[in-house]
Amino acid sequence: MPAHARPNQLFRNLSAKIASIPMILTALVVFVGGTGWTIVYSFTNSKLLPRLNFVGLDQYDRLWSTSKWIISLQNLLIYGVCMLVLSLVIGFVLAALLDQKIRFENTFRTIFLYPFALSFIVTGLVWQWILNPDFGIQSIVRGLGWESFNFDPLYNADIVIFGILIAGLWQSSGLIMCIMLAGLRGIDEEIWKAARIDGIPTWKTYLFIVIPMMRPVFITALVLISTGIVRVYDLVVAQTGGGPGIASEVPAKYVYDSMFLAQNLGQGFAASTMMLLAVIIVIVPWAYLEFGGRKRHG
Amino acid sequence: MASVSVKNLDLNFGDVKVLQNLNLDIRQGEFLVLLGSSGCGKSTLLNCIAGLLDITDGQIFINDRNVTWEQPKDRGIGMVFQSYALYPQMTVEGNLSFGLKNAGVPKEEIKKRIERAAALLHIEPLLKRKPAQLSGGQRQRVAIGRALVRDVDVFLFDEPLSNLDAKLRAELRVEIKRLHQQLENTTMIYVTHDQIEAMTLADRIAIMRAGAIQQLADPATIYNRPVNKYVAGFIGSPSINFIDGTLEVNSDPVFRAGETAIELSGYAFSGNGPKPGPVSFGIRPEHIFTDKVAADLPFQCEVEVEVVEPMGADTLVWSRLDGHELRFRVDGQTPVKEGERMKIGFDPARASIFDAETEMRV
Amino acid sequence: MADTGAINDTGIAAEAASEAMVGPRGARPRRMLSRRNIFLYGTLIVVAVYYLLPLYVMIVTSVKGMPEIRMGNIFAPPVEITFEPWVKAWATACTGLNCDGLSRGFWNSVRITIPSVLLSIAIASLNGYALAHWRFKGANTFFTILIVGAFIPYQVMLYPLVIILREMGIYGTLTGLVLVHTIFGMPILTLLFRNYFTSVPEELFKAARVDGAGFWAIYFKIMLPMSLPIFVVAMIIQVTGIWNDFLFGVVYTKPDTYPMTVQLNNIVNSVQGVKEYNVNMAATIITGLVPLIVYFASGKLFVRGIAAGAVKG
Repeated sequence: MPAHARPNQLFRNLSAKIASIPMILTALVVFVGGTGWTIVYSFTNSKLLPRLNFVGLDQYDRLWSTSKWIISLQNLLIYGVCMLVLSLVIGFVLAALLDQKIRFENTFRTIFLYPFALSFIVTGLVWQWILNPDFGIQSIVRGLGWESFNFDPLYNADIVIFGILIAGLWQSSGLIMCIMLAGLRGIDEEIWKAARIDGIPTWKTYLFIVIPMMRPVFITALVLISTGIVRVYDLVVAQTGGGPGIASEVPAKYVYDSMFLAQNLGQGFAASTMMLLAVIIVIVPWAYLEFGGRKRHG
Repeated sequence: MASVSVKNLDLNFGDVKVLQNLNLDIRQGEFLVLLGSSGCGKSTLLNCIAGLLDITDGQIFINDRNVTWEQPKDRGIGMVFQSYALYPQMTVEGNLSFGLKNAGVPKEEIKKRIERAAALLHIEPLLKRKPAQLSGGQRQRVAIGRALVRDVDVFLFDEPLSNLDAKLRAELRVEIKRLHQQLENTTMIYVTHDQIEAMTLADRIAIMRAGAIQQLADPATIYNRPVNKYVAGFIGSPSINFIDGTLEVNSDPVFRAGETAIELSGYAFSGNGPKPGPVSFGIRPEHIFTDKVAADLPFQCEVEVEVVEPMGADTLVWSRLDGHELRFRVDGQTPVKEGERMKIGFDPARASIFDAETEMRV
Repeated sequence: MADTGAINDTGIAAEAASEAMVGPRGARPRRMLSRRNIFLYGTLIVVAVYYLLPLYVMIVTSVKGMPEIRMGNIFAPPVEITFEPWVKAWATACTGLNCDGLSRGFWNSVRITIPSVLLSIAIASLNGYALAHWRFKGANTFFTILIVGAFIPYQVMLYPLVIILREMGIYGTLTGLVLVHTIFGMPILTLLFRNYFTSVPEELFKAARVDGAGFWAIYFKIMLPMSLPIFVVAMIIQVTGIWNDFLFGVVYTKPDTYPMTVQLNNIVNSVQGVKEYNVNMAATIITGLVPLIVYFASGKLFVRGIAAGAVKG
């Protein structure tokens, strides 16, 4: 478009600018402003109300010496690693099975995906019921005659996080399967033909040809699972409420509890800033690979 | 000895009959082109020969071995695809060796075969690169290389040049022809929709339509004596002129369309000779001549020029003969103007006449 | 077989047809119960059972009476079907002080979801349209911030928004929550619409401009009518997302205006009284019903929405 002799740059394309005002406000005020505000106030001793009384890194010192926070992080780490690995493996295997030109593909896909439509609250409550030691799986196995059978993850502090993991996987692995299936369908069919002519067994074709080709899909899935992991909150609230004791606390819950229950805003701000830091650690390398790498290829 | 034969092949997808009772014998060392427009079943037939599609009925023999139930890798074939289908995460060398490693071929043997293929295709400098770093033409060379190292004597090409631009296509076409000459006794089956590729490469062409072979013959026969109207119209560019009229057999056979009568004494009728009735008279644009040359030809007339399309080397002239569109070529240097009247002539012996109803050659 | 279709093989190896066919012919022999098929379908069916089990347990439990639940196991089909738990969950279950069941939360959720969905889609589609066809200086910067913002944990922005809503005088109201949903739905929806409108042929847009149509006319007369599917996809994403939300509901509303998910959690996880598992499960199903209906009714579009949400810009 020629840029000569326009009266006022501000009024050019005015309608588009007006239409974009909500986006601009959201981006600047909420995302940039809100994030900056929280970071700044994480260095204050705000209690019930936010106050600009700076105390340096005091809130962070206290955060890292609070056992509830340490447990939250440990839980997040265990949950996160298991969730990542299992989601990718289950998602890919299910997608690969569905990609074998099977009958009832739509039915199976619908079944694997429906939990994703349910909220974490519903998911958490159902699994709380199934894992209930008095009525659920434990009592049934015992009823079959195996009296010493123990399976009460939600009441055992050592394994409670795996109880949550079971529910989390049930809810979200269908999504990963869907993404993987779309990725598999995107692979040129002639690659498969070439591999058959070359006499390469199916599993080897997947492992050495198809999976390397699906790198972008895996990365997308990885980012999606990771952001979901950092946010995990409702599931814990519904399934265990953080218990038994504080055994299944997670950072997102720590933030909420500090801000809205313990009236300790400064702690909440410091904890949420740490969460932001964790996300940055995950996102930056990805963005570098995804966008920095693309430029190098030209 | 037949290198590849297809016997009574049927292929159905559900209720759709894709290929029907198809028979084909290909000699050892022959270059056979399957030619047809998209959806005619030519690629499907190739995939059946490769074993990539399960056939419904019939048999497939390769080197006199019944391979109907064999897996693709055991059929002794190599295949080259339109999209190249190279393994993108492997180097060129990796692409060439992956299948062989899987088959348990010894290391030195793999090395020897890769060297030979690389030399034949001039891709030695590319061996360490990945497919993404290669041009389209180079990729297709590598894909051909992957078929070569399998050390087989039947090669299947599925529209290998369709993804390349015109110039590269012409280059690689010659390359494939040279390769066929260098590899003695190698059978090649080549699927394309490009008639130039078919005419230039083939020992024999099989023209396909709606899952059936229309004509199987050498390029000259296909061009000069098309077996039916479809083949005549499919081959040749600009395409053949058709004039509808009737065939009259008195003392000598004569084609009559309105005012025009064409003597057919030189025409070689097929089968039982001429039979009177409605026919389509086909004459190729390049067989119609003008001016002095026309004066010596058995049939002459005068037409009015309607549209002129200069194409450099020659000029395509659109005119009308008895209401039917008639195209012919004149030398690019000849000045021709719209509205001008021109004397033209041709030899009816070079024409092709088809029954109006069956569309078969008479 | 050999005597049919003689017309098709005109002039081609006619002798081949007359030869008797010996050896393998036709399709490769294949058994229905091959090892591959048993493994394939066996695995799929086992996994499918695992995925369906919770739904089954939910339904079965919700129609049993409490004595039956205490006696039997949770997988056993109900002996006596009763819909009392459903009625109780809907109308009389207690959450703290209120004892009018889930119905209050349901209507709150409806009053939150409908305006949130409409508002967020209207704004995001305009954003996406402006970004695709009317790019102004700085537009892409804002868009990048928006997309990056989608990765920021909500917890970081929770309190600043509390302050903003309080200043606006809508903290704790449904209006406030609608605004919050509109804000946090914006990144994904804007991305969705931007990508869609970018795929609309540039020529169409140019032709409309040559014809004298402006920003709004092109949006309403050309873009809207031709992009109905993407609006449906956006609606699916938003209805399920907003209905299923818990965090924003619990932060930005008060007990009177709690959405259904918050109320459900309060009913089930309340410490007082005897646990009525059948009522709990009935309440859980009722809450999950809306997104489930959306899911099963939308079919392929739901999957498309997921794919659209998952694929990066």
